[in-house]
Amino acid sequence: METFALLLNGFAIAFEPLNLTLIILGCAIGLFIGAMPGLGSVNGVAILLPMTYLVPPTGAIIFLGAIYYGAMYGGAISSIMLGIPGASTAVATTFDGRPMALQGKADKALVAAATASFVGGSVGVILFTLFAPPMAEIALTFGAPEIFALMLMAFATFVGLGGDDIPKTLFSIFIGLVLGSVGLDIISGEPRLIFGGIPGFFHGINFLVLAIGIYGIAEMLWTIEISKGGVMISQATVTFQRIKATLRELLGTWKTMMMGSFLGYFVGILPAAGATPGALMAYGLAKTGAKDPSSYGKGNINGIVAPESANNAASTGAMLPMLTLGIPGSPTTAILLGGMVIWGLEPGPLVFTDHPDFVWGFIASLYVANLFSLLINVAFIPAFIWVLKMPFTILAPIIFILCIVGGFVPTLDMHDVWLMLVFGIVGYMMRKLDYPMAPAVLAIVLGPLAEPALRQSLLISSGSFSIFFTRPFAAVIMVLALLFLTLPLMKMAYDKIKKPETAN
Amino acid sequence: MRMAEIVMGLVMGVFSLYLMWKSAELPIGWIPDEGPGGGAWPFWLAAGMLACCIAIVIRGVKRLTPESQSEKPFMDSRAMRLFVLNAGALTAMVGLFHIIGAYGAIPVFLIFYLRFMGGHSWRLTGTFAVVTPVVMFLFFEIALQKTLPKGFTEPLFLPIFDFFY
Repeated sequence: METFALLLNGFAIAFEPLNLTLIILGCAIGLFIGAMPGLGSVNGVAILLPMTYLVPPTGAIIFLGAIYYGAMYGGAISSIMLGIPGASTAVATTFDGRPMALQGKADKALVAAATASFVGGSVGVILFTLFAPPMAEIALTFGAPEIFALMLMAFATFVGLGGDDIPKTLFSIFIGLVLGSVGLDIISGEPRLIFGGIPGFFHGINFLVLAIGIYGIAEMLWTIEISKGGVMISQATVTFQRIKATLRELLGTWKTMMMGSFLGYFVGILPAAGATPGALMAYGLAKTGAKDPSSYGKGNINGIVAPESANNAASTGAMLPMLTLGIPGSPTTAILLGGMVIWGLEPGPLVFTDHPDFVWGFIASLYVANLFSLLINVAFIPAFIWVLKMPFTILAPIIFILCIVGGFVPTLDMHDVWLMLVFGIVGYMMRKLDYPMAPAVLAIVLGPLAEPALRQSLLISSGSFSIFFTRPFAAVIMVLALLFLTLPLMKMAYDKIKKPETAN
Repeated sequence: MRMAEIVMGLVMGVFSLYLMWKSAELPIGWIPDEGPGGGAWPFWLAAGMLACCIAIVIRGVKRLTPESQSEKPFMDSRAMRLFVLNAGALTAMVGLFHIIGAYGAIPVFLIFYLRFMGGHSWRLTGTFAVVTPVVMFLFFEIALQKTLPKGFTEPLFLPIFDFFY
């Protein structure tokens, strides 16, 4: 009941004229960003975070949350219309979305994707509302050892579930943590890793410098290289009658939508998993459980509904650990978490008690953003198609300028802009060599929180690491973290044992 | 691609060693009543980086990763041209921020990118080159009150600020 009252209060905040405007604007911008091939929610949130200084923290997170939601919807548009996923989260949507578009049913595919996104988002945000307060209450009892154990688990999931090359994943985590430790030592106050006394390093490396470098500049350089041009945009005829007919057909897919929504939500909570594996798993499960699995990949509407409901639910799931534990569930939520620090809020369970207006205003805004994303998505399909036709040589310089200015504004220091450029160029090269970049961004955000937690824990235990295994919550989380860390080794051993058996 | 993988591993390995050396300028051991020294956290993390780099190089040499097995070049001539043009234009724009300021560098970058790289008309190029800095000025300087670098053009902005404030 208390949750309901807080949520109602949150709606009152979300419906304030400024916040409502920010939701609508955020959804529209997010939809356009998500629809751009190669750009997703993480790019939009990273590039536009510095622009939120104009509004109070609640408005800022509402705006960025709306961009996040809008981009999750938008990803499907280019998957269907161009056959190129707008973001990795929409890869699975291409499998059946593109064939449908080529069969002249692009409108049907777009409406199905939007509706499934709405259902996934709604289920996700309802589960979020139910789970967040009790989880935050448990998290309030956490001390430094539990916090460090949680952070270790966040990194461990990247190793265990990320699916990328293990040494490269670990390297990405380590370099992010080292970069997060640049500046003044938090306990002794002495300068640390300031590279020959360069003044710009004394204030540390702002996480946005790395985030924009990687998700802005490196991503753009990468997109410019891989976009070969000559893509074929499908035509979509959208009429009220056709939308009505599609919605009627979608009623028959409710089981797939629910499966995608619940699966996506719980996969989204895991830090390294998130929306992309959530969507792929939902697609795989829908296909496996289907009566006619051979129709998948040829334009089956369930093949759009499953991944789209899952990726939207996962995006909400990723926010649960971010708000309640201060551990982001995805790169986008890592940037949102960094934003909270910039706005003067301490991420973690205390936000629920210290800043209820912020938290509940944000949660309520997700309901509203979900609805507006659906409406804007369906109403402006022709506008998205027009944007997709826009030459990349117009969009690229504008995004580059936003990146450069966005890197300058938080600290008003040109040193950060140069550093961002270096990160962008090195990040582009590392991306070409398949180094995962998300763990580095997560690490630079969590590093400054993880180090004091570790040092405090060790100080309490006089240097003994047993403190992480003698406290019940910390022990459970540590064991899970160790399990995730050893998962690739176990898998390798299992494969080795299984291979000779198969050969025999 | 294999050579690039090994070179990147080696470069990052050397960088890790440098980070370990710089971290060790602060105590990296246990300090009684204070806990781990200020350099311990980055030192051991950089040691972890080094271990990863060694593994990456070994795997690259033994052709155990998809990149080291790939016969494709790290960058073909087309990719190299695009990279040099884009990264070069960006670096030049950031450099120009120091000299002619953001409101001079942005139009120069846009003219280069839209007209000479994109082949767009002068009309479209001119529109973007004028409208973008004006919008940015109104948003950042007036609305957010965040001052962008102006280089030697700083005095030219004083009458505009007088008008607004």
